[in-house]
Amino acid sequence: MIDALGYTFMQNAVIVSLLASIACGIIGTLVTVNRMSALAGSIAHASFGGLGLAYLAGFSPLIGATCFAVAGAAGIAVISSGKRARTDTAMAAMWATGMAAGLVFIKLSGTYSADLMSWLFGSLLAVSASDITFAAALDIVILLVITGLYKEFLAVSFDREFSMLQGVPAHFIRGLFLILTALTAVLLMKITGLIMVIAMLSIPAAIAGMFTGSLWKMMVLASILAAVFNLAGLTLAWMLDLPPGAVIILLAAFAYAVSLIIERVKSGAAL
Amino acid sequence: MKEAIRLQGVSAGYRRGNPIIHDIDLTVPKNDFLTIIGPNGGGKTTLLKVILGLLTPWEGTITVLGGSPEKNRSAIGYVPQLIPDDSFPITVMDVVLMGRLRNAGLLRRFSLKDRKSAEMNLARLHVGNLAGDDMNSLSGGQKQRVLIARALAGKPQILLLDEPVASVDHDTQKSFFNLLAELNNDMTIVLVTHDVGAVSAHVKTIACINRTLMSHGDTLSSESVAKAYGCPFELISHGGIPHRILGNAKESES
Repeated sequence: MIDALGYTFMQNAVIVSLLASIACGIIGTLVTVNRMSALAGSIAHASFGGLGLAYLAGFSPLIGATCFAVAGAAGIAVISSGKRARTDTAMAAMWATGMAAGLVFIKLSGTYSADLMSWLFGSLLAVSASDITFAAALDIVILLVITGLYKEFLAVSFDREFSMLQGVPAHFIRGLFLILTALTAVLLMKITGLIMVIAMLSIPAAIAGMFTGSLWKMMVLASILAAVFNLAGLTLAWMLDLPPGAVIILLAAFAYAVSLIIERVKSGAAL
Repeated sequence: MKEAIRLQGVSAGYRRGNPIIHDIDLTVPKNDFLTIIGPNGGGKTTLLKVILGLLTPWEGTITVLGGSPEKNRSAIGYVPQLIPDDSFPITVMDVVLMGRLRNAGLLRRFSLKDRKSAEMNLARLHVGNLAGDDMNSLSGGQKQRVLIARALAGKPQILLLDEPVASVDHDTQKSFFNLLAELNNDMTIVLVTHDVGAVSAHVKTIACINRTLMSHGDTLSSESVAKAYGCPFELISHGGIPHRILGNAKESES
């Protein structure tokens, strides 16, 4: 593995993995405590439509995916300000519609399917300098927003109604959260692929939540866990010649299962 | 006496043609301790939401301390229902600090004054020693006190409580009502509950709600309770209703 670091593509993979862990830990924590992992999944899948359109119209897939993810997040923000049942349906519809649109666009564009596979299942060993810039920029934005509005994010997540009574612009905070989730989902697509984004936004945070008692500690621990899973997965995948995204998810899932057992034992419950 | 809350002909709901509360007239004088009882689905929470300005009524007018509910929101301390299953990672201190959000303002950290206020209110409710604890490690009664401390941290003139005794045992209920009575010295209190047994002797006035407001005043006729619940008054009268109300009910029975 050490000698593999001599390759530029491996260096890029490590850098993006570490940068993505920060976004993943912070946004994943918010997704988890707000119980919105299905939302993250549906945003990720909606972005597939943007990818297809980008291939068809000939612009950057990253831009296409980002636009569709953000538009999807905005759509859900508007719909979810109403009834809960409608939000659920809207997310399910968006999930599938994005995939369907993407497939149609890609067929029309005649794109080689290997490109497609890299978006669906990740392409950690093929990240570019622009991906690193995107990851770094997103981390900076997320860190600025969360440090500046931490108490508001905490309040809206814990008790939205009460936060509104305290004059917190809850709809704005929620919109901001959805857009950051969309951008993080696009970034994570590079690593695990859009199909598995949902796992990276929920597993590290879920484990962190078992062992921490405050939101910021959960964010820090989730980021560290994501970094560990990413780097360990990358190493293991390199040694065993397996797809890195899938290995990362399997490691995370294994750690989650172990954590669940530890939590059960600690709380004295039967297994 | 000046009034804290006044509702005139208020109707509200979530779907047109299906009002949850209908044509409500209610005047709450300052320093009243009002308990509104009603069955589940009777519109108790909806009524509170309208008073809080979270739900705009279809018809009627509402004033809180002489102004609109939105304008005078900071004068109301709200204690919501306890959420039974909650694994949210938050400390007691962080919960109480939420009551200082308006004071602290956007993009700023909580000041020392905000923290002092939070600590003071926790201590006032005898849970000062729990400030650093995980909210989830607390009992139902302790959580209830923390939520009241949060409401008080904003220095309200009116305290609204939604089903505050639903998940606490009888002894906790007793000390809880003593606490409310103490707060009632300088604060108007409005409490809604479906549990008639939870109406304590400290309560000054009682109203019944089941879509419409059945009764309001310091007496409660057996008829209106029976209407609200569809059950005979005897079932309810064992639950610790204040004496003067019981006395009145007996008069109307005889």
